[in-house]
Amino acid sequence: MCEVKVITGTSAAAEAAKLADVDVIAAYPITPQTTCVEKLAEFVANGELDAEYIKVESEHSAMSACIGAAATGARTFTATASQGLALMHEMLFIASGMRLPIVMMVANRALSAPINIWNDHQDSISERDSGWIQIYVEDNQETLDSIIQAYKIAENEDVLLPVMVCLDGFILTHTVEPVTIPKAERVREFLGVYEPKHAYLDPDRPVTQGPVGVPDCYMETRKQVEEAMERAKKVIKEVNEEFAERFKRKYGNGLVEAYNLDKADTVLVAMGSVCGTIKYVIDELKKEGKEVGLLRIRTYRPFPKEDVRELLKDAENIAVLDKNISFGFNKGALGIEMASILKNKKVCNYIVGLGGRDIKIDDIKTIINHVEKAEDDTTLWIGLKE
Amino acid sequence: MQFPREEYFAPGHRGCAGCGAAIVARLLLKVAGKNTIISNATGCLEVMTTPYPETSWRVPWIHTAFENAAATASGIEAAIKALKRKRGKHADKKINVIAIGGDGGTADIGFQALSGAMERGHDILYIMYDNEAYMNTGIQRSSSTPFMAATTTSPAGSKIRGEDRPKKDMTMIMAAHGIPYVATACISYPEDFMRKIKKALSIEGPKFIQVLQPCTTGWGYPPEKTIEIGRLAVETGIFPLYEIENGEFRITYKPAKRKPVREYLKMQKRYRHLTDEDIERIQRYIDEKCKLLGL
Ligand SMILES: Cc1ncc(C[n+]2csc(CCOP(=O)(O)OP(=O)(O)O)c2C)c(N)n1
Ligand code: SF4
Repeated sequence: MCEVKVITGTSAAAEAAKLADVDVIAAYPITPQTTCVEKLAEFVANGELDAEYIKVESEHSAMSACIGAAATGARTFTATASQGLALMHEMLFIASGMRLPIVMMVANRALSAPINIWNDHQDSISERDSGWIQIYVEDNQETLDSIIQAYKIAENEDVLLPVMVCLDGFILTHTVEPVTIPKAERVREFLGVYEPKHAYLDPDRPVTQGPVGVPDCYMETRKQVEEAMERAKKVIKEVNEEFAERFKRKYGNGLVEAYNLDKADTVLVAMGSVCGTIKYVIDELKKEGKEVGLLRIRTYRPFPKEDVRELLKDAENIAVLDKNISFGFNKGALGIEMASILKNKKVCNYIVGLGGRDIKIDDIKTIINHVEKAEDDTTLWIGLKE
Repeated sequence: MQFPREEYFAPGHRGCAGCGAAIVARLLLKVAGKNTIISNATGCLEVMTTPYPETSWRVPWIHTAFENAAATASGIEAAIKALKRKRGKHADKKINVIAIGGDGGTADIGFQALSGAMERGHDILYIMYDNEAYMNTGIQRSSSTPFMAATTTSPAGSKIRGEDRPKKDMTMIMAAHGIPYVATACISYPEDFMRKIKKALSIEGPKFIQVLQPCTTGWGYPPEKTIEIGRLAVETGIFPLYEIENGEFRITYKPAKRKPVREYLKMQKRYRHLTDEDIERIQRYIDEKCKLLGL
């Protein structure tokens, strides 16, 4: 019924794009994303995937080409990381403002300077406000599944927003794990063929896309993006459920995943692959009779405010891990947001793993010990050299 | 040449009276016709034709940003190919994918995306409407601004005599990409321009046309002189009309006798600071260039 392959995260992403039967791929290399678009090039070269593969001259053009293709009614895919994502910045807003369901894999990597190819979340977090849905995955299976889900979410008429699926550079992109690959027909049944009903470029039905938005209408377009984000929460949950029914795998409720939360007073909140390490520590502590919980944020945008409030209502010590930093505020983005929605609770923030700094089991334990004793909402940089 | 009656560029845009960019668009669509998709860079043409909810475009049209009309068009062209092949969509028609941008959006900030799109061999026509400066932001120099023309960022002062660099030769640079068709054109020679569009659209692969478009506001002349000034640009040899088809160069309009460049310069405020000596210098420069082209 399906096949299990032992593959890297970037291969899983490429397999997913193939299963989604994308029509147009625009590709520009950047470590640690490159192996994804290389794999896709192979698929196209071998006739395994029938798609137009545009070898663009930059990430700015990659996103521009995806916008052109999506606006013409094609299912599109691209992938990038770090400086490449930063170069796309301008076009990310245009993709969401034009309500185009583009799906992109982001191999999370630190931003320059100094140049650093290793993992943290600064690149995608810096695009937080671009109107893209952001999904942070924990492992390679989730990478594949999330990219398939991403098309279903993005193309939903209540949503029509682009989606980035973020996976940790090297930790996932270059690590092999067994990944179950569903049959192409089953994915086709799940996704259907992309048939845009809203504006798209067709000579039989001429429309003007991307006109001048005068002050009289601009604000409404922004509000529509916000409303679509809100509606996306429901759609993401439904897609997660339907995916679970068909493929027997699910990721929390789609927005968040709770791990050992019921009995725990101390809860860690995090995104991405570090959640795997945290789960391991939680299981170890459990054996010692100590209950610690994890709240994994899967979709950072739209932000699952309601779920977070509900799931953390009994938690006493909340430790938020951030692989990014908002300079001048000495907190990470997730830390700031958790504090803003959990006003009467102790929310400590831990800056971890910047530029590929290892996050060790002991670091997680240090965080747990610190948050339990902390008196107020401190920020701590973990793993810094003395 | 028979001018098609259909108008796919609707009357009633918000451009300045006498705007040459509107003429570019109108002539372009007359030839390209219904089965056309336009990718328009940010600039005067885009702004004046699409203040929401109005539009001058009766063909599908998209604007994404300033520097990427060619990259956006690449995506459109690829999508059409994929949709035709995979789903039989648009199977019955040949769709003209046309990117259009000003000289700034083409020769400066959009240069990389344009070069990439041409080099990749996309089946698109790129039109550079050349008003020789950034007009939309209020007349700043571009690399296509001619030598000694005054703009707000290359003003004529007591020390510097306007733009201090010669006009970048975009058509020849595009020709160096080895694409099947490049040409220059001018709105004052509509038949020549339309013939070139028609020919370009009949060729598969990347095509580039640089069309000179006098701009009443940026150049400083009365609106009714747009066509006359364009004609003088060609008659003086300051903007020669030619095409290069599969590597073969051909002058498409040869003035019987070139007019003195002074006639052209004297009509425009952007050149009003020029002394006789300056004009002679420009004349010598033009003479040399024309000699090279056999004009
Ligand atoms: C990245 C970016 N930089 C700057 C601008 C501001 N801008 C908009 S149009 C324009 C000039 C356009 O000049 P040109 O391409 O020559 O077209 P024209 O206005 O003359 O029609 C500039 C600088 C922008 N929109 N985007
Ligand atoms: S400034 Fe020039 S190019 Fe722009 S609308 Fe006016 S005449 Fe046309």
